[in-house]
Amino acid sequence: MDAHQDRSLTAPSPPGAQSASPLISLDRMSKRFAGTPAVDDVSLDIARGEFFCLVGASGSGKTTLLRLIAGLEQPDAGRILIDGEDITGRPAYRRPVNMMFQSYALFPHLSVERNVAFGLEEEHRPKAEIRERVRAALDLFDMAGLAARKPHQLSGGQRQRVALARALVKEPKILLLDEPLAALDKKLRERAQSELVALRARVGITFVMVTHDQEEAMRMASRIALMRDGKIVQIGSPSDLYDTPRSRFAADFFGAANLFEGRVTAISETEASVESTEAGATLRARSASSLTIGMPVAVMIRPEQVRVSRETQQADNALRGQIRGLVFLGSTVLCHVGLDGGKIIVVRLSPTEYASAGAPADGESVYLSWPASSARVLTE
Amino acid sequence: MPLLYVPIAILILYSFNDSQLVSVWSHFSTRWYGELFKNAQMREAAWLSFSIATISATASTVLGTAAAFALRSMRPSPGRSLFEGLLMVPLILPEVLTGLAMLLLFVFLGEAIGWPRTRGTATIAIAHITFGMAYAAVLIRARLSQQDPVLEEAAADLGATPWRIFWRVSLPLLAPALIAAWLLAFTLSLDDVVISSFVTGPGASTLPIVVLSSVRLGVSPQINALASLLVLFVAVLMIAATLVLRSSSRQKHG
Repeated sequence: MDAHQDRSLTAPSPPGAQSASPLISLDRMSKRFAGTPAVDDVSLDIARGEFFCLVGASGSGKTTLLRLIAGLEQPDAGRILIDGEDITGRPAYRRPVNMMFQSYALFPHLSVERNVAFGLEEEHRPKAEIRERVRAALDLFDMAGLAARKPHQLSGGQRQRVALARALVKEPKILLLDEPLAALDKKLRERAQSELVALRARVGITFVMVTHDQEEAMRMASRIALMRDGKIVQIGSPSDLYDTPRSRFAADFFGAANLFEGRVTAISETEASVESTEAGATLRARSASSLTIGMPVAVMIRPEQVRVSRETQQADNALRGQIRGLVFLGSTVLCHVGLDGGKIIVVRLSPTEYASAGAPADGESVYLSWPASSARVLTE
Repeated sequence: MPLLYVPIAILILYSFNDSQLVSVWSHFSTRWYGELFKNAQMREAAWLSFSIATISATASTVLGTAAAFALRSMRPSPGRSLFEGLLMVPLILPEVLTGLAMLLLFVFLGEAIGWPRTRGTATIAIAHITFGMAYAAVLIRARLSQQDPVLEEAAADLGATPWRIFWRVSLPLLAPALIAAWLLAFTLSLDDVVISSFVTGPGASTLPIVVLSSVRLGVSPQINALASLLVLFVAVLMIAATLVLRSSSRQKHG
């Protein structure tokens, strides 16, 4: 995670988008491969105009879910509706969706122009219309000058744009993107991220993207579904997932998190007290879900929410520890603080915060503190 | 290795020998090439051989392609292994056995359903297709297994039906293998003498059969000339097949 992480490229999805009838509706979809579930009883609604991201580690079922929407796989159970119409069992070539493949899957024997024209030719559009729409699609990506090239004569970035043009030229209701930026190098990828978001706003098509990169998902998506073992763990806006993860897995997946295992000792309306031997203290944190006394839970605090000081602070939570490592990253300073119990806490400070904490050196004793409102109780 | 080519070199050298005797060098001449082209029996045999080779290469390629696609779409199962094994049988079975088996089949069929009444061009072509198809299938399968199925998925995603995908994506991408398979089957058919001599009938003598029978009566220097031409022709075909395969794989990875 770097400092860009909270700079989202998208506006949040328009209010009320959820209440309108969803563009895509997955109803209890399951898919098994050789007995192992790849997608396990997933229900999901995606609204028109969303930039929806499916994230998860490899093998979490996110790509299978995308392929189920595309029709490249058929579900063992469940239904899929697009625009209210049940398209379960309909083959890929009869679905109003188009996909951009991770490997781009450009036809090596066809020129750029013919690659882009392929989908329109299969729709048996008039020749003049095809020519016009292919030209417009290539212009959109500044590729008009390369129309006659074969895919192997293009750079990686150019191939990516041809693949996008080919998928968009049919003006699908939904564009599916399978790790669209994975093959690009880091510099190109960051530019392509903002280009994709701008493109979505321009063409007004709903995008559903699969990525393993949580940072990429947070920057681009209006909503994110986090997947694990074929199930959706949590759905929400990027800030929902970052600020109020429901599980230890989600907390850890979206950015760094300090977790303290413990048991609930007291519950108020919005807060709970958790006795944690790892922390060597009772911690107070916000909680949303219903808790019971004695329940095993974890308390999560993000590294940038922790304050460091030389003296004890009046705070909801205060711990004592020793600096065990300092990493200067330019815009931030990463402190690894060892608690008396042995647990290491990661703290992220700005250079100014670090200086005002008295610039503690490696090995020095410090106090850590944070308000209850920035910590979360996680039950799962 | 070069030693293997010495006999062929000698054969080509002696095809330019003026002497009536195959093994005694007199002086350089193209006389026997001239005699060869005047020989009506040889011309007819050449025409027959090329016709049969064209038919069997074409049919072998079509059937080999069908077999390769059928095998690819099958899940691993005992049935598939059996089919795979059966397809390979003509490659490992001794030619004499294949020839004899084909002859028995044709004789049986001739009595049971009245076809073939006589053996000849058709029966030779069918026999050639049985082994040509096996070679073609091996070659095409190898290529097909390297082909990324994502291209066919992309075509389906863009609205192409399975039939259209086959014609617009799968087949064009296989073109180099199809050409190579056709050339291989053509050469094999042109070369074959054992199986052909089992299933041939009156009036249908392919080039290798004519050569073999004329050699029994004593080797004419014409045969040297013919052999030299065949060597040249087959070499050109095989080089063409290799080049086609190589250039396409370069394009794919370039």
